[in-house]
Amino acid sequence: MKIRVLVGTKKGAFILTSDGKRKAWKVVGPLFHGWEVYHMAGSPADPNRIYASQTSGWFGQVIQRSSDGGKTWETPGGGPKMGPDGMPHGESNKFVYEGKVGEHLHYDNSMKPWEFKRVWHLEPSLDDPDSCYAGVEDAALFKTSDGGRTWKELPALRQHATAPKWMPGAGGMCLHTIVLDKMVPGRIFVAISAAGAFRSDDAGRSWRPINKGLTNDYLPDKNAEVGYCVHRIAQHPAKPETLYMQLHGGVLKTENGGDQWKNIEKGLPNNFGFPIAIDTNEPDTVFVVPIDPMKGRVPPEGKLRVYRTKDGGRTWKPMTKGLPQENCYVDVLRDAMAVDAMDPCGVYFGTSGGQVYHSADGGASWKPIVRDLPYVLSVSVQTIK
Amino acid sequence: MVRVIVPSFLRTLARITGEVELEVASPVTPRSVLDALEAKHPALCGTIRDHVTKERRPLVRFYACSEDLSNEPMEAPLPSAVAAGDEPFLVVASIAGG
Repeated sequence: MKIRVLVGTKKGAFILTSDGKRKAWKVVGPLFHGWEVYHMAGSPADPNRIYASQTSGWFGQVIQRSSDGGKTWETPGGGPKMGPDGMPHGESNKFVYEGKVGEHLHYDNSMKPWEFKRVWHLEPSLDDPDSCYAGVEDAALFKTSDGGRTWKELPALRQHATAPKWMPGAGGMCLHTIVLDKMVPGRIFVAISAAGAFRSDDAGRSWRPINKGLTNDYLPDKNAEVGYCVHRIAQHPAKPETLYMQLHGGVLKTENGGDQWKNIEKGLPNNFGFPIAIDTNEPDTVFVVPIDPMKGRVPPEGKLRVYRTKDGGRTWKPMTKGLPQENCYVDVLRDAMAVDAMDPCGVYFGTSGGQVYHSADGGASWKPIVRDLPYVLSVSVQTIK
Repeated sequence: MVRVIVPSFLRTLARITGEVELEVASPVTPRSVLDALEAKHPALCGTIRDHVTKERRPLVRFYACSEDLSNEPMEAPLPSAVAAGDEPFLVVASIAGG
């Protein structure tokens, strides 16, 4: 058994590996020196296949791919060859919206055309290592079916009737969460800041907003269909109708696939935070990291605490053993928490201060794997048998 | 041979060592040089100029013969010293962010 933790940072990527005991760790990196790596993800169908989103304010978007578990990388489609039209093919970095681009609401109430900026999240197919979804800014969903050589938009989401009302969050108008339902074929959940959560039951050909029950203090219409700053959603395959959500202001749960959400934040020191994750072995055990939005997005009281519920959100307890409980002012971003598939479940999260903490006992105690990486943007985990 | 120097991040990305030498038919322009550069190193597609519009990315600049050519038309002929290979065409990443 092997655990591979894929860490994206503001200055490159790192790969942390350990055996099933999760005591000794090997750190490799930085990969892609100096580039922001928003996300890396391994294929459930082939753990040697890893996709990485490498991005830069100077040079735009690059997709990297490894077929040997991260030892070597390539820009698929970026090799020295010409297409039949005589033009060079570097299509792996090319994300072009399908059809009419359209406009969306901006902060100042003006309308702005959709403009591709970067890939926030990569979600490899459950059964095909050459297929992978990409959530991008400005919000849209893309898919490759040829191992990352080319990417094609699934345009129905961006062309949804509500899309002109979507607007950027502080980080941009990003599609940051993609959940591929392991139990219901063709069902996909996505989340967009600041539009909300959406569900497709036909593999992305059509979508509907699933934001009933979400609360907000930043929209004039308290029952708006869209406009919510969803930070993250998570699903456990044992209870596919149950999803958990970390909202900009609220922690919520649905038990009917998103048709209706209810608040489960009672017992948390703050209802703000970014990531949310579910224990691999216990579908009612959920982890969040409360962050104080009024003090610059840092842990409340300077105490870094993972809060855990073991009863589906009825009660929460702080998990503090091994985490700094004074003078801690780091942030934990939405894609920077993940779980492994061991029993007990391993939980991992990275911080803006460059620490990657892990728990090998379901959150009861924590240790840093590394302390001084660059600002961590994302953490994902592969459990390799 | 036209000589091109790209920023270090892009050299790493495209696995380029040192300058790139390119055969470019006359007239030698920024567009024809970048077409040849991307043909030789497709991993650079989209990193210097937009995939679709072919416009220069905002924080990338073009220099040659001590002149900033960033805002010259992409079809404008480059200096003869660049076309002759006496001077390189420089793709430069702007200093930004402080």
